[in-house]
Amino acid sequence: MADSTQRFNRALHRYAIFVACCTLTLLIAGALVTSNQAALSVPDWPLSYGSLTPPMVGGIVYEHTHRMIAAVVGLLTIVLAVWLWRSDERRWVRWLGLAAVAAVVAQGVLGGLTVLLNLRYGMPVAHACLGQIFFGTVIGLALFTSRWWRSELARTEDHGRPSIQAIALLNAGVVFLQVVFGAAFRHKDISIVPHLIGAVAVLATTVWTALALRRRFASAGALDTARVMLHSVVGVQFLLGIGAYWSRIATASAPQPMPVMVTLTVTHTVVGALTFACAIAVVLLCYRLVPKGREEAREHNPAPAAIS
Amino acid sequence: MNIKTAVILGALAVLAVGAASCGKKAAPGNPGEPAAQPVNPATAGAIIGTVKLEGPAPKRQIINMREDPACAASHPQGVLDDQIIADASGDLANVIVYVKEGLGNRVFPAPQKALTIDQRGCVYVPHVAALMVGQTLQVLNSDPTVHNVHAEAQKNPESNTVQLAGGAPIEMKFDHAEVGIQLRCDVHPWMKCYLGVFWNPYFQVTGPNGSFELKDLPPGTYTIEAWHEKYGTVSQQVTLGRKETKTVEFAFGTGGAGS
Repeated sequence: MADSTQRFNRALHRYAIFVACCTLTLLIAGALVTSNQAALSVPDWPLSYGSLTPPMVGGIVYEHTHRMIAAVVGLLTIVLAVWLWRSDERRWVRWLGLAAVAAVVAQGVLGGLTVLLNLRYGMPVAHACLGQIFFGTVIGLALFTSRWWRSELARTEDHGRPSIQAIALLNAGVVFLQVVFGAAFRHKDISIVPHLIGAVAVLATTVWTALALRRRFASAGALDTARVMLHSVVGVQFLLGIGAYWSRIATASAPQPMPVMVTLTVTHTVVGALTFACAIAVVLLCYRLVPKGREEAREHNPAPAAIS
Repeated sequence: MNIKTAVILGALAVLAVGAASCGKKAAPGNPGEPAAQPVNPATAGAIIGTVKLEGPAPKRQIINMREDPACAASHPQGVLDDQIIADASGDLANVIVYVKEGLGNRVFPAPQKALTIDQRGCVYVPHVAALMVGQTLQVLNSDPTVHNVHAEAQKNPESNTVQLAGGAPIEMKFDHAEVGIQLRCDVHPWMKCYLGVFWNPYFQVTGPNGSFELKDLPPGTYTIEAWHEKYGTVSQQVTLGRKETKTVEFAFGTGGAGS
């Protein structure tokens, strides 16, 4: 582990954080496209009105800006993957970098198909969900390249059942399902009902996760921080959800997307991505800081020494 | 004639009858029935009337066009949205009134003349229009800015085409009858136009006074429908005698489809 800490690359870590921040910007840009009903304002792809510099008016501003940021994020991700491949000694991190590249390329293709197929066949929902998975991946890469992750960390036994990893995974799964329901509602594939039920489910799993973290790992600083972040972001997201839905109803008769509706729905969408990223981070922290299963058994019941 | 020859001739006869049946254009609504008589002007009548809105009309909202300076410049005083237009008497404009049933399997040729819709001042002119199956729809761009012409339909194919400022007219045809096809511009999200496409020529879009006239209708019993983009569809049965003119009134409630 000491060797791992010495291999910490500050520049690489900062670059990974930069890519994560740019990805968040991309998510904001994408949410603005949807909320402003601009997804089909540029009917052609990959060029925009046959060029890289279309007339920047109306909805074209949102759609073309989203495409340009996406291209930049794609390039940044490739650079990150190459840098990881050349400098990180951990094979799984190098492959995760390549997975991020595959995801961002797939995102680009999905985005193009979304436009070319006129938002049909579930493309917008697939594009929205893969975007969140990609964001979770780059968040993970930022975490894995940190000095903290590479350092020797005290691990705390888990005396509860089910395991904290299982609870955290369930929470992350429920949050992602809520992301899917939200995207499907936003793109008019389903009613609001599944998303409302999902909100209650997310609240339930978040409370369970937070309680388990608090009761079992009150003294573990990082897990305590993760607990506070998780229920804070979920609480904010729940309130934003109420606001976003109210804004939709209040402006339903408006002839165009109104600023209050755009602001609240975009914020709700982006905080949704942060909620998912936070849930992923809790899972990663639980695996990093809490021994699990066989690992625990080996520590308490080491194999007998060979008889010479 | 031997058996083999008889079988071959019989099979050919069956194929010939089948081919003749396929070649006959089945009239919409009642395929397989004998073709109805054409419309006789000596006995044709008319259905006239008005479409009303019950209750106060919602206040029209001002459209914000600041995201495209060319659009904003075309309306220095601002422009009101045209979703619900009703006068003080409740006369409702932009309602498509049409014959839904009652014409049997009569076939009506589509007009050669195209229906023209213009994008002028970053709004569609007219806001609601109707045409026949197979008739050409021509969309013009009279604005000094770009539009995309996005036709979103349920029964007809969807299309989305760029139209630059001063660009050539975009032409399209619809192969299936459908009411409520939305034509919109995603560059300017307030721009929406609604279309009704019909197999027959008996349709009209109400003007500011809410009135309509469906003339040259043969005697018969008809289902007449009125469609509005916000209030949905209402229908009535009307029986028309020889050279008779009947007056009907449609009403939409502000809470939804009316009586």
